[in-house]
Amino acid sequence: MSGDIILLGLAGVIASGAPIVIAVIGETLTERAGVINLSLNGVILLSAMLGFWVSVETNSLFLGFLAGTLVGALVATIVAFSSITLKQSQVAVGFILAITCRDLAYFLGNPIMGSQGPIMLSSSVPLLRDIPILGKILFQQSLMTYLSIILIFVAWYWIFKTRPGLMLQGIGEKPAAAFVRGANVLKMRYVYTIVGGALVGLAGPLYTLSVKPGWKGTITGLDGIGWIVLAITIFGGWNPVRAAFGAYLFAFLQWLGLVLQPYMTSIPSQVLQVAPFPLMILALLFVNLGNTEWMDRLLATLPEKMRLRAIKIIRTMQSQPPGALGTPFERQ
Amino acid sequence: MNIEFRNINKSFGPVRANIDLNFSIKSGTIYGILGENGAGKSTLMKILSGFYKPDSGQILLNGKPVIIESPADAIKYGIGMLHQDPLDFPPMRIIENFIVGQKGGLIPSYKETIHEFKELQTKFGFTLDPEAYVDTLTVGERQQLEILRLLWMGANALILDEPTTGISAQQKEKLFAALRILAEQGKTIIFVSHKLEDVEILCGKVAILRKGILVGELPAPYQTDKLVEMMFGKVITLGDRNNVSQSNIVFELKNIFVEQYPMRIENVNFRLQAGEVIGLAGMEGSGQDVLLRACVGLIRPISGSVIVIGKDLTGKNYHEFMKNGVSFLPASRLEEGLVPGLTLAEHFTIAGEETKGLFIDKEYFKQKAEKMIDEYHIIGHQSSTVESLSGGNQQRAALSLLRNSLSIILLEHPTRGLDIESAIYMWGKLKERCMLGTSIFFISGDLEEILQYSDRILVFFSGHVSPPLDAVTTSLDQLGQLIGGKGWDQVFDIQENYESNAKS
Ligand SMILES: Nc1ncnc2c1ncn2[C@@H]1O[C@H](COP(=O)(O)OP(=O)(O)O)[C@@H](O)[C@H]1O
Ligand SMILES: [Mg+2]
Repeated sequence: MSGDIILLGLAGVIASGAPIVIAVIGETLTERAGVINLSLNGVILLSAMLGFWVSVETNSLFLGFLAGTLVGALVATIVAFSSITLKQSQVAVGFILAITCRDLAYFLGNPIMGSQGPIMLSSSVPLLRDIPILGKILFQQSLMTYLSIILIFVAWYWIFKTRPGLMLQGIGEKPAAAFVRGANVLKMRYVYTIVGGALVGLAGPLYTLSVKPGWKGTITGLDGIGWIVLAITIFGGWNPVRAAFGAYLFAFLQWLGLVLQPYMTSIPSQVLQVAPFPLMILALLFVNLGNTEWMDRLLATLPEKMRLRAIKIIRTMQSQPPGALGTPFERQ
Repeated sequence: MNIEFRNINKSFGPVRANIDLNFSIKSGTIYGILGENGAGKSTLMKILSGFYKPDSGQILLNGKPVIIESPADAIKYGIGMLHQDPLDFPPMRIIENFIVGQKGGLIPSYKETIHEFKELQTKFGFTLDPEAYVDTLTVGERQQLEILRLLWMGANALILDEPTTGISAQQKEKLFAALRILAEQGKTIIFVSHKLEDVEILCGKVAILRKGILVGELPAPYQTDKLVEMMFGKVITLGDRNNVSQSNIVFELKNIFVEQYPMRIENVNFRLQAGEVIGLAGMEGSGQDVLLRACVGLIRPISGSVIVIGKDLTGKNYHEFMKNGVSFLPASRLEEGLVPGLTLAEHFTIAGEETKGLFIDKEYFKQKAEKMIDEYHIIGHQSSTVESLSGGNQQRAALSLLRNSLSIILLEHPTRGLDIESAIYMWGKLKERCMLGTSIFFISGDLEEILQYSDRILVFFSGHVSPPLDAVTTSLDQLGQLIGGKGWDQVFDIQENYESNAKS
């Protein structure tokens, strides 16, 4: 019986991790092309609200998701235009958009606060759902959750195994070198920024139509997700599989907070709700420990063999950003 | 492929980088383009390879006028360029670098490509591991990769922009052999350099550029004097060694153990005297850079101590070293030395030894900048940003920024990428400081430079450090062997003598 509860919990982690997974992969694609889209936090809120609204009006889940995607793509286009074409600071533009979109979401969303909307139901996969353990965790989910899982592998395969994916890595690493190899750097940066933004925009309605149904204004509880997505992108080392792991880790911590709440009455419930955020940042710091000097000194005291092994592990944990992340490309 | 330039002009703002250039290059030859820094060589080559568009003028390939829109376009015409700064992707593997940009299906076939890669590289005697990551390669190996890639993309004409900067002697041999093979196959090789000796042994014909203008063309065999005169417009002589070292110790390393993964250097003991010049020789990445950074507090030694004029500065940061009269001029001027985006005047403002109030006396620093620009022959204006200066001028600017009262200057490749004239000038300025008692510690890949200017030499070989060798009694040949890892036994014999002498 308690085994079942754990399986259900893990299935819940996969489901509530889905929007984070999708958004993290979107941001990963964007940053792989060398562009930082900082607007995520606002975009997720705005697309969550608008996607929900469209679904309420049309009673169509599909149109709700579509609306969210369009919002994400639109905001990303603004980021792309101002940073790629106008060569303005990506950080400044993204940050302003993050705040503007968030305020817009709360302000415009007033009329639909507390409305009843459609909810995406789960549809289990025949045969696969009967696999012991895995079937319960993975194959009794909603369509969007399946999509999020598929996306992890598609994105990974695209970046690391395909020809355009290799070029994408190149564009983010050293655009001049990609350019001499025939890439249209500016165009591809637009494409990946917009596709990445669209994915982030998909995460919003996935919350309001499935994971945390409904729009409740400032207490919807989505504020901050976008920032954590940025942290997870770094934690993930710009690798979709690792990033997805980070996303699930975060969802797991959130779930843990809920489960532990009844047992830890002495701790205010807010603490447990907020705890996953600092914990995630700690995880980020942890994987990048190798960058610190005191770590080097600590390692130097270990016996040679152990030291080399430890260094190797730390190296693989560390994440290296794309070389040209955040810098515009200019051909004379 | 025959290549012809007709009336090529290109300006960057007020700078005329190429002025009415007219000349042609025959297929199957190795053609040299010689000129000092800033002469406009790279600009012309970037025009040919589609990176820049000329302001006016025409390029003819095999007699037909063509318009080359982009580097991708250039490779379609069969023109490939090896850029001065390698345009590859360090965090990716060799084989991925090789594939990026290749036309083909969605999913490249690694197996097949690796096979073709290996086949191609054996033709030139290269031995690259296709699975290796590019950031583990030496500059020379990265060049080999890029040459193979360009050939595989179908290059018929190969442009090499300053390919002998930063590569070892053996790699240079290999490179030249490969270029000769390619020329024999009927490919056109354009070899851009400011190094006379490279051009002299390799090129069948050479065009000399000066300040954007074609001074003339000469066929082999060359008269060095004539080439120098065409390059610089005047005859210059090399300066000589400086023998002013005084005997008080200004700097000391005691049992230093430093590590920067994967490089570790153990047990270095060394004393530097006032006014002395010490050259650090070795192949790139043999540990010189790590030790040098440990000497100025940029890397903290794991054990041992660093003593500057009697004061133990072990574990202190660079700022503390600076306060004690130590200054460091790194190789990557724009990454570690100068601040891109700031003007020369602003550099003098932040580097100044003048007492710093809250407010800046702009006029004062403008005048100071003007004065230094004059004194150090920097071609630029006090309001020029540092990145707009050419390499030689950046180096002079960096030097002019160093305070006067320094006791030790540490330099990394002080003359890399500079032409002879700038290099001699640079050393002239450094020697002036030695006369005043400043000691110099410098890394160079150029063994002749090391022998010429050092009083003593430390040789590095994969983390091993030789005892100080006297530059007067060391030959070029011996030094070349040592940096290649040969003849170390003898060196340590010397060290034993040295130590027993020191004890007695
Ligand atoms: N992208 C650029 N922007 C502004 N000035 C440039 C640029 N590239 C080259 N220059 C200037 O054009 C001149 C020629 O430079 P370059 O062709 O790189 O010389 P070389 O390769 O012979 O050393 C120099 O004065 C240099 O400062
Ligand atoms: Mg050049």
